[in-house]
Amino acid sequence: MADSNETLTVRLWRGDATEGDYHTFTVPRRENQTVLDVVTEIQRRHAPDLAYRFACRVGVCGSCAMMVNDTPRWTCRTHVSKVAGDGTLTVGPLRNMPVIRDLVADMTEFFDKWQKAGGRFQGSRTRAEPMAEVDTTSKARRHADASIECINCGVCYAACDVVGWDKDYLGPAALTRAWTLLNDTRHADQRGTLDRAMDQGGCGSCHTQGNCMRACPVGISPTGAIAGIKRMSLLDFLGMRGR
Amino acid sequence: MSEARLFVLQRLSALVMAPMVLLHLGVILYATRAGLSAEAILARTGSTPLWPVFYTLFVLAVAVHVPIGLRNVLREWTSLGRAGVNAIAIGFGAISLLLGLRAVWAVSGWAS
Ligand code: SF4
Ligand code: SF4
Ligand code: FES
Repeated sequence: MADSNETLTVRLWRGDATEGDYHTFTVPRRENQTVLDVVTEIQRRHAPDLAYRFACRVGVCGSCAMMVNDTPRWTCRTHVSKVAGDGTLTVGPLRNMPVIRDLVADMTEFFDKWQKAGGRFQGSRTRAEPMAEVDTTSKARRHADASIECINCGVCYAACDVVGWDKDYLGPAALTRAWTLLNDTRHADQRGTLDRAMDQGGCGSCHTQGNCMRACPVGISPTGAIAGIKRMSLLDFLGMRGR
Repeated sequence: MSEARLFVLQRLSALVMAPMVLLHLGVILYATRAGLSAEAILARTGSTPLWPVFYTLFVLAVAVHVPIGLRNVLREWTSLGRAGVNAIAIGFGAISLLLGLRAVWAVSGWAS
């Protein structure tokens, strides 16, 4: 193995909400190494006070999202061999969110926007009533299915340029959540969710260019969800919104 | 007016405009390729109320569609507040409407 193949040069962002910059570390290259492995190794051997987030390490929880060579990714699902062809790697906190420390981004606003987009489920039945039946073959259910696996990792939010330049924009994940609710026959506040998702900073701000869709590790298309809400709003205005 | 209404208006006006733009372009191509003089064109546009009615509708659709788009662009790319952006968009829409209708009036031949 050539030298550059045996070690990896990692530029890692260190700092807090007010200042910081990239520090360079050198770590050995290993077989089947993920970017999360690299970050962990740096913390264990070089920078014990390095702050970063992870939990499951196997692509389930979504908490390990970071910018890897300027692209938001789940670090535990990103193999170094895929992204560090030239033996260098740049790792930073998720874009479009304030930094708490090092690789940890503050997701407060990201979650607040879920509420703003009308993402709170509101049922209409009580415990005493029978369970609602959802027709699993219906179109609405299929639409809901397409986005229901979202685990709020924030990768799409970090990938979206509009979020970057318009602080009011609710972003792909929140609007995708609204779309699943709009396709959930049990959700009672359909009007409220549709109005909020179409309000200032909502679907109208999306450029439909699909960065979010390309970045989502789960393969969800927020772009499609947003287009769906726009279509629904148009049909709703014409009194033609079907279920 | 709510964002959702503006969105609907923008889409519906686009729906009206799309075939009109095609017809408009077709007519331009025809008029230039047939080598019609300005007088000949004006004589034709004034010969039937159909053209003024067509272009009045077109101008109305433009005056609805363009300011909404302009407003979105300004909101995204400038730091003008909401009120400022709205004022510019409404102003632009009003000017488009006036100039457009003035042009329709001119080619309708109704003034002469
Ligand atoms: S849509 Fe995909 S990228 Fe966005 S938060 Fe959900 S799982 Fe993450
Ligand atoms: S398609 Fe819309 S939500 Fe997705 S990245 Fe582009 S602007 Fe953002
Ligand atoms: S640590 Fe759970 S998805 Fe990466």
